[in-house]
Amino acid sequence: MADKTELKYTAAHEWILVDGTTATVGITDYAADKLGDVVFVELPEVGSTVASGTVVGEIESTKSVGELFAPVDGTVLEANEAVVDSPELVNSDPFGEGWLIKVTFETLPELLSFDEYAALVAE
Amino acid sequence: MTASTDNPSSDSPDSPDSGSLDSGSTSSDRTRPASTSPDSPSTERLSPLHAIHVAGGASFTDFAGWQMPVSYGSDLAEHHAVRTAAGLFDLSHMGEIFVVGPEAAQALDYALAGKLSAIAVGQAKYSLLLTVDGGIVDDLVVYRTGDDRFLVVANASNRVDVARELIERSADFACEVYDESDDIALIAIQGPRAHEILSQAPTVEIPGLDDLKYYWCRPGTFGDRGEHELLVARTGYTGEDGFELYLSPDAAAQLWEALMETGAGSGLVAAGLASRDTLRLEAGMPLYGHELGTTTFPVQAGLGRVVALKKEGDFVGRQAIEAGPPADARVLVGLASEGKRAGRADYLLFAGTESGTDTEAPNPIGVITSGALSPTLGHPIAMAYVEKAHSEPGSPIFIDVRGKRIPAHVVSLPFYKRESR
Repeated sequence: MADKTELKYTAAHEWILVDGTTATVGITDYAADKLGDVVFVELPEVGSTVASGTVVGEIESTKSVGELFAPVDGTVLEANEAVVDSPELVNSDPFGEGWLIKVTFETLPELLSFDEYAALVAE
Repeated sequence: MTASTDNPSSDSPDSPDSGSLDSGSTSSDRTRPASTSPDSPSTERLSPLHAIHVAGGASFTDFAGWQMPVSYGSDLAEHHAVRTAAGLFDLSHMGEIFVVGPEAAQALDYALAGKLSAIAVGQAKYSLLLTVDGGIVDDLVVYRTGDDRFLVVANASNRVDVARELIERSADFACEVYDESDDIALIAIQGPRAHEILSQAPTVEIPGLDDLKYYWCRPGTFGDRGEHELLVARTGYTGEDGFELYLSPDAAAQLWEALMETGAGSGLVAAGLASRDTLRLEAGMPLYGHELGTTTFPVQAGLGRVVALKKEGDFVGRQAIEAGPPADARVLVGLASEGKRAGRADYLLFAGTESGTDTEAPNPIGVITSGALSPTLGHPIAMAYVEKAHSEPGSPIFIDVRGKRIPAHVVSLPFYKRESR
């Protein structure tokens, strides 16, 4: 499980682990709690091009539908098949086994720090 | 990501509520987080059990002006617990309105769709409060607690309307209407082990509990000296056996904890409004604001039997009900589909053939009112209003799930029925 304080965040409640030119993306524990039990996850195809801020996947709970936004412009390197098979991983380990996609990018847009995101959630 | 909750939660004993789990957000609301408004309540009304829910790790939602628990961690686990063991629900937000007096029964015969004068003391009846035009103001459970005394339980969001209508409609009868909602708490214990747990709870005395039939109620007591009065009803909104316990708010926390302690070894869990909604949906029970509303005739919702057209005298809505809805009025059906992607409230429906979408008929033929991936059945289910031509079980229908057409078919309600024992 990633160190939450080292991650970047978006206002759409996603976390991003930056490693070189690869961004690993998931949703935060806050988002997972708000959704409730996740029962269905749809992720983009590996190799597809994604644009920052566009919808690239869906996360459904019994009561809600959440959308996954690409946080960066880039190409999908990997989609977490384990989460597609076991959507409950999003609830049980949102920062670890519940990661969703890995995207290669060229430039990183401005993202929120842990403190900035914590302040956003506290509002 | 963004989320939007479009599946509201249920509210009443055998009757629902128009409030949404997610007040203010709809499926088109793409700002986040939309699912709940837990930590910064815009509403001030708290259940007498609020502190217990906080201690139990509940997440909360604004529900008809109340902060009520959505779940205590896992709505799916709570759902399964009610189907296999038991769940404890706080329904203290419900409206409790008494109609009392020598002509209380006649007043209700006039005010409501059913023939309440025909029920015995100790009996309960599901009923409707209709508009003059035959629409549904609210669905209700009415308990006859004495010869001249009835308890009308209304959805939280409709409590004020129901109380006002009952006062107006009973004006010419010898009876009084009292809205006691603020002085009554409601705890429901639901599930196959509910009876066992309730009968073992310390200091809960309910004479005749073992013989209490479905949709009957009787008085009981609670406390070391039997100091708290209970009204115990074998009713519910989950499709399981269970009981609803009306009592003073002052005693609610003590009863909740006694039941949780008694049921701990039997699989009893605290259950929130999210699981209540999926439970009632599987059981095919309508939810006010979704399946029911002021523009819905009872017969469209499959509730024609609730309207006692044969009763003597006039009642509000009779003329409109006798005339019936327009010939092209849509009717409520169940839908089932495969996969995991559920159609949800407000999603449009299109005619289908066995080979796919009927491109000759591009206009929607219906709309979903409630939908979810059924936790018990494992596939998506929905309730929907469709044109009569598409309402027969087996009819193929396509659900527009955010731009994708998902094949489904009409099934009879309920989706889930417990085994009788």
